[in-house]
Amino acid sequence: MNTRILFALLFLLATAVQAQDKYLCKHGHIRFFSHTPMEDIEAHNTEAASVINTVTGEVMYQVLIKSFTFKRALMEEHFNENYMESDMYPKSDFKGRIVNLKDVNFAKPGVYKAVIEGDLTIHNKKNHITQNGTIEVKDGKLLAKAKFSIAPQDYGIEIPATVRDKFAKAMDVTVDMVYEPYKK
Amino acid sequence: MNTTRSFLRAALVVVAATLVCAGLAQAQDDASILDDLTTPKTDYVSASFKATRIVNGHSIEQMKEGDLDVRIHHRFGQVNSGPSALWGLDQSSVFFSFEYGATDWLMLGVGRSSYQKTFSGFTKLRLWRQATGEHSMPVSISALGGADLFSTPWPDPGAQNFFSSRLSYVAQVLVARKFTDAFSLQLTPTLVHKNLVPSAVDVNDIIAVGLGGRYKLTNRISFNAEYFFTIKPVVEGQQEAVDVLSFGVDIETGGHVFQIVLTNALPMFERGFITEGTGAWGDGGIHLGFNISRVFTLY
Repeated sequence: MNTRILFALLFLLATAVQAQDKYLCKHGHIRFFSHTPMEDIEAHNTEAASVINTVTGEVMYQVLIKSFTFKRALMEEHFNENYMESDMYPKSDFKGRIVNLKDVNFAKPGVYKAVIEGDLTIHNKKNHITQNGTIEVKDGKLLAKAKFSIAPQDYGIEIPATVRDKFAKAMDVTVDMVYEPYKK
Repeated sequence: MNTTRSFLRAALVVVAATLVCAGLAQAQDDASILDDLTTPKTDYVSASFKATRIVNGHSIEQMKEGDLDVRIHHRFGQVNSGPSALWGLDQSSVFFSFEYGATDWLMLGVGRSSYQKTFSGFTKLRLWRQATGEHSMPVSISALGGADLFSTPWPDPGAQNFFSSRLSYVAQVLVARKFTDAFSLQLTPTLVHKNLVPSAVDVNDIIAVGLGGRYKLTNRISFNAEYFFTIKPVVEGQQEAVDVLSFGVDIETGGHVFQIVLTNALPMFERGFITEGTGAWGDGGIHLGFNISRVFTLY
């Protein structure tokens, strides 16, 4: 009888590990934007990496801060040197999960609303966030999109008084990812 | 029968345990997959200095493609000129320039100094960048070549004066290393060639070595120091030129960098400040000054 339980356990674990449950995005696009009458600040990162586990609902992101590119080179330098201190804190990451996993059918093409919650770490400061996004299942790929805003001061990013009117209170962040089945 | 069964059970436990471990390791696997994807093969060092000048001399930094740096440098008179000249504040010498990043590795500049009514131009070429990783490099190396033309009238217009006599040249190799986030050091071997020198005892070629550094006090303020040691004694007419020691504080405010300067050289271009500085620090022969840099992104 013990053998039977073990068999059941073994079967469960084996499916969990072996099924195509992992999707990987190697070149995700993350954009942030801030608008004030003084200045628009816009940056793009097309090197964001992310993994979604469709069985457990786990979502993980990692972004190299230096991969954000700005139209103005000096803005990019100041972003890295003065605000993000990217030599000290080279990466930003997110570790969380899809809260409404049961509402997303990864086997059936379609667009699903997804609620993601987890810990977002920027500038070595961790905040628990909950955001809405969409996951589209299409041609065996997952297309994930999200739009939200973050306030620099929540992440210990100092903005000196002299330039404060060039920054919006919160930055708009747009996330656009294409995941493909992950094969070892 | 019994032994077979217990063997089977033991085997299953081992397999199950392995799978549990595999499951636990999975989350860690995901992180390392992402880590590999977001770790650059070569990590290039940037912002060794705040501006394209340490104080008087060029730093390893240059304009990125499409950026234009408009600079205005200004030096008051010598502090020891006494109360009648308000300790130098009555006099002023100006240099302004337009310096442009044609590509990320090629920068071109033209400028004008009130000192000897001089026009100057330079080309700065980035050769190697300090980096870690696959293409690791301990230092950044750039080359600078420049020429200047003084346009003050000839003292003796009747004599045979050549246009080429107005020209001087400078060649520099800039070797810099950003040791820490805050501390950078630069060595600058320099050759200055003057087509015309005041007298027969003066040399046309002057070799100098610059040593400059910066220390970041905050993210936006740095303290800079720079010394140019001239290897051959420089004699300008009757007065012996001195080695130039300069200090500066860089204050960065978005698109501007303000540099507050103390130096014993009045000229603000290479031939001038390296070989024709006259003030002595010990005698108060120093100039207070400012460098202002404003960067415009043209495209």
